[in-house]
Amino acid sequence: MLADTDRIFRNLYGREDWGLEGARKRGAWDATKVLIDKGHDWIIDEMKASGLRGRGGAGFPTGMKWSFMPKSDPRPSYLVVNADESEPGTCKDREILRHDPHLLVEGSLLASFAMRAHTCFIYVRGEFIRERERLQAAVDQAYAAKLIGKNNVHGWDFEIVVHHGAGAYICGEETALLESLEGKKGQPRMKPPFPANVGVYGAPTTVNNVESIAVAGDILRRGAGWFSGLGKPNNVGTKLFCISGHVNKPCTVEEEMGIPFRELIDRHAGGVRGGWDNFLAVIPGGSSVRCLPASLCPDSLTMDFDSLQKLGSGLGTAAVIVMDRSTDIIAAIARLAAFYKHESCGQCTPCREGAGWMMRVMNRLVEGNAQKSEIDLLFKVSKQIEGHTICALGDAAAWPIQGLINHFRPVIEARIDAAQVRRQAAE
Amino acid sequence: MPKLNIDGTDYEFENGTPLIEACGQVGIEIPRFCYHERLSIAGNCRMCLIEVVGGPPKPQASCAMTVNDLRPGKDNAPPQIKTNSPMVQNARHGVMEFLLINHPLDCPICDQGGECDLQDQAMGYGIDSSRFIENKRAVEEKFLGPLVKTVMTRCIQCTRCVRFMTEVAGVEEMGAISRGEDMEIVGTIEKGLTSELSANIIDLCPVGALTSKPTAFHARSWEFRKTESIDVNDALGANIRVDARGNEVVRVLPRVNDAINEEWISDKTRYVVDGLKTQRLDKPYIRENGKLRPGSWDEALKLVAAKLKAAGGGRTGAIAGDLAGVEEMFALKDLFARLGSTNVDCRQDGARLDPSLGRASYLFSSGIAAIEDADALLIIGSNPRLEAPVLNARVRKRWLRGGFTVSVILENADLTYPVQYLGANAEGLAAAAVQAFAGKQKPMMIIGGSALARADGAAILAAAAKVALTAGVVKDGWNGFNVLHTAASRVGGLDIGFVPGAGGRDVAAMLNGGVDVLYLLGADEIDLSRTGKAFVVYQGTHGDAGAHRADVILPGAAYTEKFATYVNTEGRPQMTSRAVFPPGDAKEDWAILRALSAEAGQTLPYDNLSELRAALYVKFPHLAALGTVAAHGSLDALAHLGGAINREPLRATIADFYLTNPIARASRTMADCSRARLGAVEPAHATVQRLPTYQSVGSTG
Repeated sequence: MLADTDRIFRNLYGREDWGLEGARKRGAWDATKVLIDKGHDWIIDEMKASGLRGRGGAGFPTGMKWSFMPKSDPRPSYLVVNADESEPGTCKDREILRHDPHLLVEGSLLASFAMRAHTCFIYVRGEFIRERERLQAAVDQAYAAKLIGKNNVHGWDFEIVVHHGAGAYICGEETALLESLEGKKGQPRMKPPFPANVGVYGAPTTVNNVESIAVAGDILRRGAGWFSGLGKPNNVGTKLFCISGHVNKPCTVEEEMGIPFRELIDRHAGGVRGGWDNFLAVIPGGSSVRCLPASLCPDSLTMDFDSLQKLGSGLGTAAVIVMDRSTDIIAAIARLAAFYKHESCGQCTPCREGAGWMMRVMNRLVEGNAQKSEIDLLFKVSKQIEGHTICALGDAAAWPIQGLINHFRPVIEARIDAAQVRRQAAE
Repeated sequence: MPKLNIDGTDYEFENGTPLIEACGQVGIEIPRFCYHERLSIAGNCRMCLIEVVGGPPKPQASCAMTVNDLRPGKDNAPPQIKTNSPMVQNARHGVMEFLLINHPLDCPICDQGGECDLQDQAMGYGIDSSRFIENKRAVEEKFLGPLVKTVMTRCIQCTRCVRFMTEVAGVEEMGAISRGEDMEIVGTIEKGLTSELSANIIDLCPVGALTSKPTAFHARSWEFRKTESIDVNDALGANIRVDARGNEVVRVLPRVNDAINEEWISDKTRYVVDGLKTQRLDKPYIRENGKLRPGSWDEALKLVAAKLKAAGGGRTGAIAGDLAGVEEMFALKDLFARLGSTNVDCRQDGARLDPSLGRASYLFSSGIAAIEDADALLIIGSNPRLEAPVLNARVRKRWLRGGFTVSVILENADLTYPVQYLGANAEGLAAAAVQAFAGKQKPMMIIGGSALARADGAAILAAAAKVALTAGVVKDGWNGFNVLHTAASRVGGLDIGFVPGAGGRDVAAMLNGGVDVLYLLGADEIDLSRTGKAFVVYQGTHGDAGAHRADVILPGAAYTEKFATYVNTEGRPQMTSRAVFPPGDAKEDWAILRALSAEAGQTLPYDNLSELRAALYVKFPHLAALGTVAAHGSLDALAHLGGAINREPLRATIADFYLTNPIARASRTMADCSRARLGAVEPAHATVQRLPTYQSVGSTG
């Protein structure tokens, strides 16, 4: 279990002052100038050495991402912070925005300085009204204290623009976010060119998750070695886990990467409702990843990128959705299919047409009103979407259904059989 | 040059070639819907997926990657792509299935049938039955004006139309609303599209979502007889294909010619052809007691010959209209010369152009394609959006690339790109040019009819030429001195000297009682009320202004009905081809003049078109080199002309883009367009208009 002294988010639950005074008491904005004086490259090297992997879901090494930014380019560089946290089950960035916004503001300064950016856009999810107000207040405090802005105490002119989205899930995809930020319809761009080359307003841009940026200050202050000493190899540091579903005490908690799954649930969420014998399945990383049945979640299962990927699932945003045996797993996944159908941007063919198709088949499977051959059809359709789209939303729509079919085919078949029996009895 | 291994064979390509084009260049066709080489890359149809060996474990869109984007393999081996691997096949079959699940199965009643990308590619990548048992999507129709019919349920959201309207046409009037499977292509205003190029989206639409409204349900694509020809509705000479069924021209499509029209045509070029069936002059008419009555050719020609002879050479004159071909103008000039008249003029609008100053003084010298090389443009008295919409799209294309400034001397107008307005007064054009071209390498001037067709037109042209020679518009390797004509016949007429000879009368003088017999070769854009008591002969195609005034009507052939040479504004001779025969007793125009010459006792020495052309080419050899632009000499003579420019503002010459010539004025579709542009909104579900059947003009006058 993570020691209290190793926590980065020391006001995760909002029990203390969120403002500048409180943040300073907890260590934020301490010696930021010293870090900046060590230079652009030192910060990037330190981030690389820390082994931090992006906290937005894909787990791309953050330091390496920063190093892709051009060092001498006539165009301005930009940092864009993705606070469009919309992945079902995920509620970590909003806690940072609400209770520790100065970690994000300070992290934005450090990251922007490392990438030679003078401007940072923070794109806040449309539904996050209070969170945006809190973040704006923190930004205003930082401006007032000359921590950021022109001629600030850190000697690096730096502006933060808090931008409020309109509440589309797809705008959490980094290039759709950039389009939306530019005032266009939120539709993902094709890559290449990658944002580090052509990003917002055609300039080099790095898009990072809120958590990735918010941890940067502590990593740099305490050293890469401290951060990489936590967790497991290649999956280091601390991570916010959002535990929801059929647990006794749903919560968001900071823990070491690689904590055993059952320990995470038992220690922080009060265990599964009705005990582990009542445990049916878990979606370990937000709605986009494949679910894991109880049989694939032994005591030894650890929560980190690599071990979950080995099981065909993923850590994603570490939104742990626990389901007990009272769950209608088909209906649960059908609900996700409806979500992805609703949130598909409609730009490219497989996702636009396929998401609706899958949702309709899923809705019939919930009732059992289908042929068993349609299970294979559904699986094939999901494979026709996966990997054929511009962005990863197509994959995200396909994976939950693939997980369901992989692990719960007997349940679906039983549902179809039962429906058939019902129909015959009715005739 | 980057190397690439496609399906096991190494090739070399130009830098920046998209993979989809690279494959095409070596004969491997990649299916596509959203990709179009003249539009930006959307990458959204996902039909062109290919496998990049050693790349990401999923297929890549070949339209969105260039040959430079791929990393070499081991030992610097060329990067490798596969276009027929199982991964690619699966991807294409999958995308095709997704496109078809919500596409209606109405091919038998779809006008796109037979020339539909979806139909064609479904043959290659579709499966023979559907696995989709849910309900299909239905989408509301949209109102896009009188030309474009929508069946939006067929739309596959490729966004080609949106990109065309935004990028090429330059009016942001189409877009996509809603998300996911509810995404719809819409016109952003319910008043229809306000672009002169809007109907090109019909060609671009890969399915039957956007089809031709005026010809809806009229013909199937495989029924047409296709004739390659040239457009005459403006002076651009856009390359077209005339599709006819029976003796009826049903539609006009663009042909690719990168030097002129790329692959766009204006709405007028495309839809003027229904005017070829109405108000046609199909037999000779003779005015008797104030009324026109049908007559025979023999009777009509004898009467005209007698009048010409009676009036005597100096009291006869001829005016060539905007749609006249070079051959008939040559024959007409020849005939009048033999009759002793030098009163001939092809400048209906009174443009002060003088061919004796050299071809450079009246041509679009740089060529249309060279607009893309220019870095500054000064437009004097021209609204290219209305006078040559396709050329205007080329200017916009250049502007989109950046580093290009446009200044305009004319009444205020929206040209689809930002311009610097210098007012409508031409007095200060020299200073304006010097300022606009300061520091520019390839400056360009476009001088249009608004500046030329006025009393001081020659002075304006001369002043422009003078500053052109000093401001770097004309120099070694670059000639940006461009005259933009609006009449297809104009350059040809000037080339063969269809202007008053020594002591001859021009249009204004002829109209002011200068002649007793006035011969109009399709000339309708003149003030015929000023013809006074002159005996007026009208040789042309339509019962328009000229025919109404005429004392004798000689029915001629329209541009789709004859082989005629037209020289475009660049000085590029091109030839139309006969797609259908002229209606009724109408004849080809040169033949009418040949017959008349015999009656008049001055038989022209050519018995067929080849002999006429032989005579023409002896005098004007550059007209024989079809499709090429001959060298056009120097501007010096024009620059030394001098003259005073008055303060009168330069006024737009085209009042209504859709009604500029007799064919257009006879066209119901053009009338609909004109009304729509004036604000008459049709209901969103306007009934389909059938093509009017052939009508004779009946008795006029």
